[in-house]
Amino acid sequence: MSIENVSPGPQLRPRMKLPLHWLGVLPFAAFIILFLIMPTMKIVIGAFQRPDGSFTLANIAGLFTPSIIAAYWISIKISLASALLGCLIGFGVATAVVLGGLPRWIRGPLLTFSGVASNFAGVPLAFAFLATLGPVGMLTVFLKTQLGVDLRLLGFNLLSFWGLTITYLFFQIPLMVLIITPALDGLKREWREAASILGATNTQYWRLVAFPILLPSILGTMALLFANAFGAVATAIALTGSSLNIVPILLFAQIRGDVLGDPHLGYALAFGMIVVTGFANGLYIWMRARSERWMK
Amino acid sequence: MKRFWAWAALAFGLLYFILPLIGMTNFSLKMRRGEYSFDAYAKVLADPRFQETFSYSVTMALTTIIFGVFLIVPTAYWVRLKLPGLRPYIEFLTLLPLVIPAIVVVFGYIRLYNTSSWLPLTGSSAGTNMLLMFGYATLGLPYMYRAVDTGLRTIDVTTLTEAAQSLGAGWATIIGRIILPNVSVAVMSGAFVTFAIVMGEFTMAALLNKPAFGPYMQLLGANRAYEPAALAVIAFGITWACLGLMQLVSRLQKTAPRQA
Repeated sequence: MSIENVSPGPQLRPRMKLPLHWLGVLPFAAFIILFLIMPTMKIVIGAFQRPDGSFTLANIAGLFTPSIIAAYWISIKISLASALLGCLIGFGVATAVVLGGLPRWIRGPLLTFSGVASNFAGVPLAFAFLATLGPVGMLTVFLKTQLGVDLRLLGFNLLSFWGLTITYLFFQIPLMVLIITPALDGLKREWREAASILGATNTQYWRLVAFPILLPSILGTMALLFANAFGAVATAIALTGSSLNIVPILLFAQIRGDVLGDPHLGYALAFGMIVVTGFANGLYIWMRARSERWMK
Repeated sequence: MKRFWAWAALAFGLLYFILPLIGMTNFSLKMRRGEYSFDAYAKVLADPRFQETFSYSVTMALTTIIFGVFLIVPTAYWVRLKLPGLRPYIEFLTLLPLVIPAIVVVFGYIRLYNTSSWLPLTGSSAGTNMLLMFGYATLGLPYMYRAVDTGLRTIDVTTLTEAAQSLGAGWATIIGRIILPNVSVAVMSGAFVTFAIVMGEFTMAALLNKPAFGPYMQLLGANRAYEPAALAVIAFGITWACLGLMQLVSRLQKTAPRQA
């Protein structure tokens, strides 16, 4: 990059030369490199190294043991289920509020609440669900004593696939609402009018106009929700202890006490997490770029 | 008909979100058999470990915010003023903490800054505290940077800088006394999010073995019945207060220029 297009306004200090400009971002660059890039690279490189530092693919191959594959698989399933349901329900709620003819004043509080709830993850969230749907939780007890429905007998257990999915939805749905509401706002009224002038029914408008425009936003957000759930450590640990074999819990135990008995396998496990969340986020960024074409 | 479904969707959503909140509040009040009481809260608040970890996390949060402001405000300002071509790249970098899971970052810290490395931060207590603070700063980075950058967009950085310079101000004066007051609302909204994140953070603090609020909550959750629910109510209150204040502050910003 040349200096001409670097300072667009009137030249402030003609004497300043190019290197001095760059000094200004030095602290930031140092921080990012030292505390974000280098730690991550350490893990990535370590995943391809033997203890003596030579190159190997054995660590990555070591991931393909039944118990680690099972951990990845259940993590992916939970993330996928919570992302799908989060998108679906979040979309429903956002559509109801934006296009469903509800009073305008609902929007503000809903978005504020979504902001709070999407940040209310981690340990306290697990406690809230244990107090509600746990073995002696409020809803469990209420259903059993008042309605005679025993969740246990129905096979529901909070410390399971569905339990974790339902808990994750508490921060997934609000995130979807926060991201998709602007996209729904971006649906121009002219498009609907143009469609109906051309004789389109409401279903046709949604199927042929609105949905294709929203699709990149929806898919992108789904990828983001997936990554969000995949990296969630605290909620899972506080909810299940170590009883559920998912990747973040396995990695946590590995960092604490080398449960896999091979530090470099730990690197590979972490590397696998970066690959999955990186892929999901890449998808999000790509989809976002596509959806922004319509959001002018 | 449409309106009916809209209300139904909203009602379903509300029910799903309110039940766990009622559940935890209800549970937190039931420590005394047969009647509602604040016993669980009294127990939690009187626990010296609670006071310790809570004040530790508050201190960490405030330090992180101060560090974040010192790091991000000058950078965002500088990039806007002198290196606008760099903006997309910086923005991408600031979003990385959302891509790389915190557990991976802290794993890297432990391996990179251990006692036998070139920068043995984990060797001393102060060093580990610093490392944790840097970790928290990366977690808050996406929110802080975005907030400050949005704040800078609303002011004319170039003109303000020129005006200040023609009156003889140096860079420190410009950033500290011209730019910072102008983006204070944005800085505050970033600060509140950072505060909420740090107060609830578990993974980094637990893996660096620091007595923070998050690990304390987890430990209590594994051993007690009613106190965790009380803690959850307290934690929810903190999150609510932080983000509520954030909304309030940004609303004040919107109305302030009209009065001036």
